[in-house]
Amino acid sequence: MDSERHLDGNALAGILYDLFGREMTHECGCCAQCGSTNQLGAVRVYRAAGDVLRCPDCDDVLMVIVPDARGMRVSFESIRWLRVTTGTHK
Amino acid sequence: MAGAALPGRLNWLIAEAGEIVEETDRVRSIILDCPGWPGHLPGQHIDVRLTAEDGYQAQRSYSISAPADGEQVVITVELVADGEVSPFLIEDLRVGDQIEIRGPIGGYFVWEPSRGGPLQLIGGGSGVAPLMAMLRELVRSGSDVPVRYLSSARSHEDLIFRQELESITSEAEEVEVLHTLTRSQPPDWTGLIGRVNRVMLAQHVWPAFTRPLCYVCGPTGFVETVASTLVALGHQPGRIKTERFGPTS
Repeated sequence: MDSERHLDGNALAGILYDLFGREMTHECGCCAQCGSTNQLGAVRVYRAAGDVLRCPDCDDVLMVIVPDARGMRVSFESIRWLRVTTGTHK
Repeated sequence: MAGAALPGRLNWLIAEAGEIVEETDRVRSIILDCPGWPGHLPGQHIDVRLTAEDGYQAQRSYSISAPADGEQVVITVELVADGEVSPFLIEDLRVGDQIEIRGPIGGYFVWEPSRGGPLQLIGGGSGVAPLMAMLRELVRSGSDVPVRYLSSARSHEDLIFRQELESITSEAEEVEVLHTLTRSQPPDWTGLIGRVNRVMLAQHVWPAFTRPLCYVCGPTGFVETVASTLVALGHQPGRIKTERFGPTS
């Protein structure tokens, strides 16, 4: 992978907010490929026609988010689990 | 369109440019007055949306460079030559103009005094913007968290916030500020020279045993180098927060 081109999950904070209806960059997800857990703000993001979220430890694809005419389409690839803190609306 | 607040949704708000500060030839700070702004934490950012007459919309994220202050939001924007949004913000936006913003966004790259320290801030180019929000909040709150601020710029003319940083360090002894200039230096330059590297970080960053909280923001290559070198120097990955804003152009 070209290390000059990726961003991190912070860059998708607005899109993730649209998707989950809440702030998500400080929440943790587990990679189904290597088992590492990372805050979504720390995953690697490659932006093109859509956004590809990759595990910062093994580079496996965690999620792909593609805009379409009515909103966005999301595929969950190597996400084993996501942890969401309830009771906060930061 | 800006509308009534809906739960679970970030609403677009109308913000008016109240003041514009030219920081360098390519960077300006825009002080926005935004009725309904809910406040923010240092390190958070906003989405800015521009709509052309034909309805075409372009949207970008910008870090907020000052702590919460009522309905005021300050962003510090660098010109990206082939960008869609920054050329408008740098070259065309005037005081009194309105733009759409939404936020605050981001809970990951955030520092507030209660998180403690020591605090290590490392910024490349306009990556100093969110770090400045943290530093300004630290000063404003009277926090005694010790902080070291290291910024990298191409030349003396490209240093952002230089005068304000000088006045902060002259008044707050827990704040240390260092700049490195990568391409050219004035004859009387007493700061650091060259790109940030292992030797520079080993000498000037809080040593790993002090367990600093490190915030690194800048172009992707800069952040990669700094973050991996900090880990090599023994810093815990979990105490290094990064924010990359893409390739330099």
